[in-house]
Amino acid sequence: MEKKPSSDLEKITDMLSPMERKVVPYLKYSIEEIEKKSGLDNVSVMRALRFMENKGLVKIKATEQAVIDLGTNGIYYKKHHLPERQLLTLLESHGNLSLEETKKLSKLSDNEFKVALGVLKNKALLSISNGRLLLNASKEELMKKSLEEQFIEILPIEQSKLSPEYLHALEQLKKRKDIVQVNVVNLVSFSLTSLGHEIAGKDLAYASNLIEEVSPEVIRAWSKGKKFRKYDIQAAVPKISGGKRHFVNISINRAKRIWMDLGFQEMQGPLVDSSFWVFDALFTPQDHPAREMQDTFFIKGEKGKLPSSDVVKDVKKAHESGVSGSKGWRYSWKEEEARKVLLRTHTTCLSARTLASLRGIKNKTGKYFSVGKCFRNETLDWSHGFEFNQTDGIVVSKDTNFRNLLGYLKEFFTKMGFAEIKFIPSFFAYTEPSVEIYGFHKGNKKWIEIGGAGIFRPEVVVPLLGEYVPVLAWGPGFDRVIMDRYGITDLREMYENDIQRLREKKEALD
Amino acid sequence: MASVKFPRKEFEKNIKLTKEIEDKINLFGTHVESLTDSEIEIEVLPNRPDLFSMQGYVRAISAFIGKSPGLKKYTVSSSGEKLIVKKPLPKNWVYAYACIVKGVKFDNERIKEVIQIQEKLGATLLRNRKKGGIGLYPLDKISFPITFKGMNPDEIMFRPLEYPEIITGRQVLARHPTGREYAHLVSDWDVFPVFVDSKGVIMSMPPIINAHEVGKIDENTKNVFVECTGTDPNVIKKALIILLTALAEMGGKIHSIECTQQDGEKESFPDLSPEKMKLSLDNANKLIGLDLKENEVERFLAKMGHDYKKGTVSVAPWRTDVLHEVDLIEDIAIAYGYDKIQPEIPKVSTIGGESRASQIKSKIAEALIGLGFLEISSYHLVKEDEIKRNKGLEKIEVEDSKTEYKYLRPSLLVPALRIFSENKDNEYPQKIFEIGTVFLKDNKIETGIGESSHLIVASSPANFTELKQVLEYLFRSFGIKCSLKESVKDGFIEGRVGEVISNGKSIGVIGEMHPETLREWGIKMPIAFLEINLDPFLA
Repeated sequence: MEKKPSSDLEKITDMLSPMERKVVPYLKYSIEEIEKKSGLDNVSVMRALRFMENKGLVKIKATEQAVIDLGTNGIYYKKHHLPERQLLTLLESHGNLSLEETKKLSKLSDNEFKVALGVLKNKALLSISNGRLLLNASKEELMKKSLEEQFIEILPIEQSKLSPEYLHALEQLKKRKDIVQVNVVNLVSFSLTSLGHEIAGKDLAYASNLIEEVSPEVIRAWSKGKKFRKYDIQAAVPKISGGKRHFVNISINRAKRIWMDLGFQEMQGPLVDSSFWVFDALFTPQDHPAREMQDTFFIKGEKGKLPSSDVVKDVKKAHESGVSGSKGWRYSWKEEEARKVLLRTHTTCLSARTLASLRGIKNKTGKYFSVGKCFRNETLDWSHGFEFNQTDGIVVSKDTNFRNLLGYLKEFFTKMGFAEIKFIPSFFAYTEPSVEIYGFHKGNKKWIEIGGAGIFRPEVVVPLLGEYVPVLAWGPGFDRVIMDRYGITDLREMYENDIQRLREKKEALD
Repeated sequence: MASVKFPRKEFEKNIKLTKEIEDKINLFGTHVESLTDSEIEIEVLPNRPDLFSMQGYVRAISAFIGKSPGLKKYTVSSSGEKLIVKKPLPKNWVYAYACIVKGVKFDNERIKEVIQIQEKLGATLLRNRKKGGIGLYPLDKISFPITFKGMNPDEIMFRPLEYPEIITGRQVLARHPTGREYAHLVSDWDVFPVFVDSKGVIMSMPPIINAHEVGKIDENTKNVFVECTGTDPNVIKKALIILLTALAEMGGKIHSIECTQQDGEKESFPDLSPEKMKLSLDNANKLIGLDLKENEVERFLAKMGHDYKKGTVSVAPWRTDVLHEVDLIEDIAIAYGYDKIQPEIPKVSTIGGESRASQIKSKIAEALIGLGFLEISSYHLVKEDEIKRNKGLEKIEVEDSKTEYKYLRPSLLVPALRIFSENKDNEYPQKIFEIGTVFLKDNKIETGIGESSHLIVASSPANFTELKQVLEYLFRSFGIKCSLKESVKDGFIEGRVGEVISNGKSIGVIGEMHPETLREWGIKMPIAFLEINLDPFLA
C-alpha cells in the first residue's frame, strides 16, 4: 500500500516530543554539534535520537574507535613541559654544562634524562663534546614548539583524524612511558533515513504549539483547532505491578468456590491439635507409623486435654474391642498417647471434630469442606516440604453411598481442571471402601495421583456421631493441583515468596 | 505403599503378564511399579501383608482373575512336638508360636524370597520388630521340646548369625550390626528372651538375632522350624501364618506344634480354619450403591479369596485387614471393579457457604490489594535465630525438626522480615501483607497452644505516616474505631511506634523498624509495618 510521504511526515511531526523537536533543526550535524547548537546535554540528545530511531527518522550506529589521550606522565608533562624542553631551558640559562651538572640541576630521573638527551640529539639541537653539552641551534629554533609538544596539546583526538606528522609524533611518544595512551571507545553516530532527510533542518517552531499534557489549564482554555502532540504508542514504557493475592490463596479460593457451588459448608479448626483428633478419632492405632516422631511435628512438652468423656470412651472401645460388629485393633488404648499435641498432619481432624459436634443432633444430614495447611516432619527440597495444603470434604447422609463419593470427587476434580478422573482401590485406616483418585493431566498427557477418599469406617463414625450414618470423606493433598496449574516444578517455589516472581505470576483466565 | 520384588520368571510360571492382566493388577489396588527381564516390582497396600510374598500375591491374583477363586485351603498335620513358654520373660514379650514346614526346596532364590517376606512383615505388620519377630531354623539341627524363656543377658552365650565367635547376649547389642540396629527394643529389659532346644543349645535371641549354627537356612535345608514371638498374640500368629502358607505354596507341608504359653494355655499351632463373618447383602448394596444378587456377591467374594454361604463369609486366616463387614463390602466393590461403578451425585440439597472468618479475611485482603499490596504466604515455623530476639516470649518448639525451622511463629513480623531480607535484590518499593495464624502458649486452650489470626501489612521503603494511613483506611472501610497509644518496643524507633487500640484493648502494633534491627536481618531499606490481631473481628 502506498502512503503519501507528506502525511507520514506530518503524523511523525505531531508525535515528536519537545526534546526531539529541539534536535530536528540540527539533524544534519554531528552529535557534538547538535549538543552545542541545541543546548541539550549528551544524554538528552541521545534519548531524542533513540526516540527518532523508533519513528524511523534516523539510524544510530555505534563504532569502535581508537582515541588517543594523555597518559599519567603526559598529563604531568603537559603542565610542566616535556623533559627535553626542561633540559633545553636549563642549558639555555646556564650555558654549557657538564653531563653530571646538567643531570643534577635538571632533577630529571635517569630514564627521563636519557630519553631527553636522545631526543635532542636526534633533532640535532644538541651535541656532546668532552663530557660537556653544547646547544647547536639558534634561539628561535630552540623556542619553537616541537611536533610532540604540539601533539600533546590537541589530545584527546581520534586516531583516524591524525595527520601523517602527528602520526609520526604519536609513534615517537608511544615509545616513551605513559605519555600517551590509546583508548578504544564506542563512538556513536547516526545517519538520516529518507524520512529523516525530509524533516532534518526544518524549523518546527509551529509544532511548539502542540499540547503536551492535558492539564486543568488546557481543559479550561480549550478551543477548536488546538492540537495535541501525538504519542508513539508503540514505545516501551516502564513496568508496573499491582497488589494481588498469593497464588496459593487464589487456588484455595477457587477450590472453595467449587465446594460452595456444590452446597458444602466450610469447616475450620486449629492447626495445633491433639493426637486424639488427628489419629485416635480416625481409628488410627496408637502404634501406627504415621504417629511416630520422625514423620510428625509433636509440640515439645505439651499434653492436651481430651474432649467430653462419652466420645473418648467410645473411641477407646473402638480401638480396643471394636464397635458395631468390628473386632477392633485389639490392644490396650492409652489416653496418654492421645493427649500428645501436634501440628495437624491432615485436615481430616476437622471432619472428625465436625462429626463429634453433630452428636446428639437429630438431623445429621450435611455437607462440609475445609481447605487448609497441614504439616509433616520433612526436609526441604524440590519435591519435599514440611507444609502442604489439603482439602477435605464430608457428606453425612443416611442415603449416601460409594457411587455418590465417586460422583462428588469426579465433579470437584473435573471443575479443578482435570480432563478425566479414575479411581483405584486404596487403603486408609479410617475409610472403607477406600479409593485413590487419579486425574489425567492435559499438559503431560499422564495420569497423576491426586489423593485419597473413602467412606468413614463404622469404627470412626459411631464413637463420634453416637450412631452409624454413612459419611463420605476425602482429603486429597492440594499442592499438586496448584503446581500443575502454575507450571511449578519445584515445591519450594510455593512457599519462597520471591516478590518479583509473585508480581509476575500469571493467572489463568478459567 | 510397600513395594515388593518378585523374580519375573517364577511369577510368570503362574501368572502370564499381558496388558489385560496388568490392568487387572491395577484394579486390584496394586500396581506394577517396574518390570525388567528378571524382576517384577509391585506396589501393594500396607493393609495386605499377605501379598508381600510372591506366593501370597499369586494366590490372591489367581483368585481375582478367576483362575482359582475362593478360599485356598492347606492341610495341617500334627508333628507331635512341643514348644513351652516359660517365665521369666521381659515385659510384654511373652507370646511364642511355632510350627514345622517340611519338604521345601531351598535354593538361593528361595532363601532370598523368604528373607524378603520376613523383613517386610517385620517392618510393617510387626512394626519394625516392636510387636514381634520371626525366625526360621533347619529342623535337623534342633531337638524337641523347645523352650522359650528369658535369661540374664550376660549369661546368654552363643555365636550370632555371621559372627566369628561366641559372645554374650549383651555383647550382641554392642558388637553385631543387627544387634546395634535393634538394641533400642530391649534396652529396658532385665532378661532377654531365648529359644533353647532340649540339649540346651541357644537357637536365637528374639527379636534380635538367630544363632549361627542352628539358625541359618542354606541350600541343604528342606525342613524348617518356624517361630514368631512378641507382644500381641493375634498379630504374631497372623505374621507366622502369612509366612508358613507362603512356604506351603513353595511345596512345603505344614506340621503343627503344641504351643504352651506362660499362663499354661495350650494351643496346637497353626489353626488355619477360616474366620467367619456375617455379611448382609442389603448393607453391601446400600453402601456401594449397587443392586447385586446373592450369587453375584458370592462370585465377587470368591474373586477376593473368600467363601460365602448364606450370609456368612469364610475369611482366610492370613487376612489381617478384615475387622468389620465393611472390609468385605470393599472387597466386593474391588471385585466388581472400581472402573465399572458409575459416579453419581445425589440430589441432597444443602446450602454451601464460607465461614464468617474466611469472608472477613477475604474482604480485608481485597482492601489491601486495592492499595497495591502484594500478598505473601509464609511458613508457620520459624528458625531459632529469628526468634531469639523476642525476649520474654515463651517459645513453642516442635520435636526433632528435620530442618532449621523449629518454632511455631509468634508473629507474622518474623517471617515478613525474613522475606524482606530474601528480597533485598528485588525492585522497590515492596508492599506486602499476610493474613495468617500465629501461636502463643495458653493454658485455657485444650492443647495448651492458643492460635490467633493476624494481619501484617509492611512496606519498604515507607515511614510511620504511610502505615498509619493504611491502618486508618482499613478501619474506616469496615466502620471500626481505632486509636493509637505511644509505646516503647524493642526493635523499633522510639517515638515512632505505637499500640493499636480498638474497643479499649490493645490489638496490635504499628511502627518503623530500627536500623539496628534491619541490619541484623541484612535489610538495607527502611521498613514500616503494622500487625494486628483479627480475632476480635472474626468471631
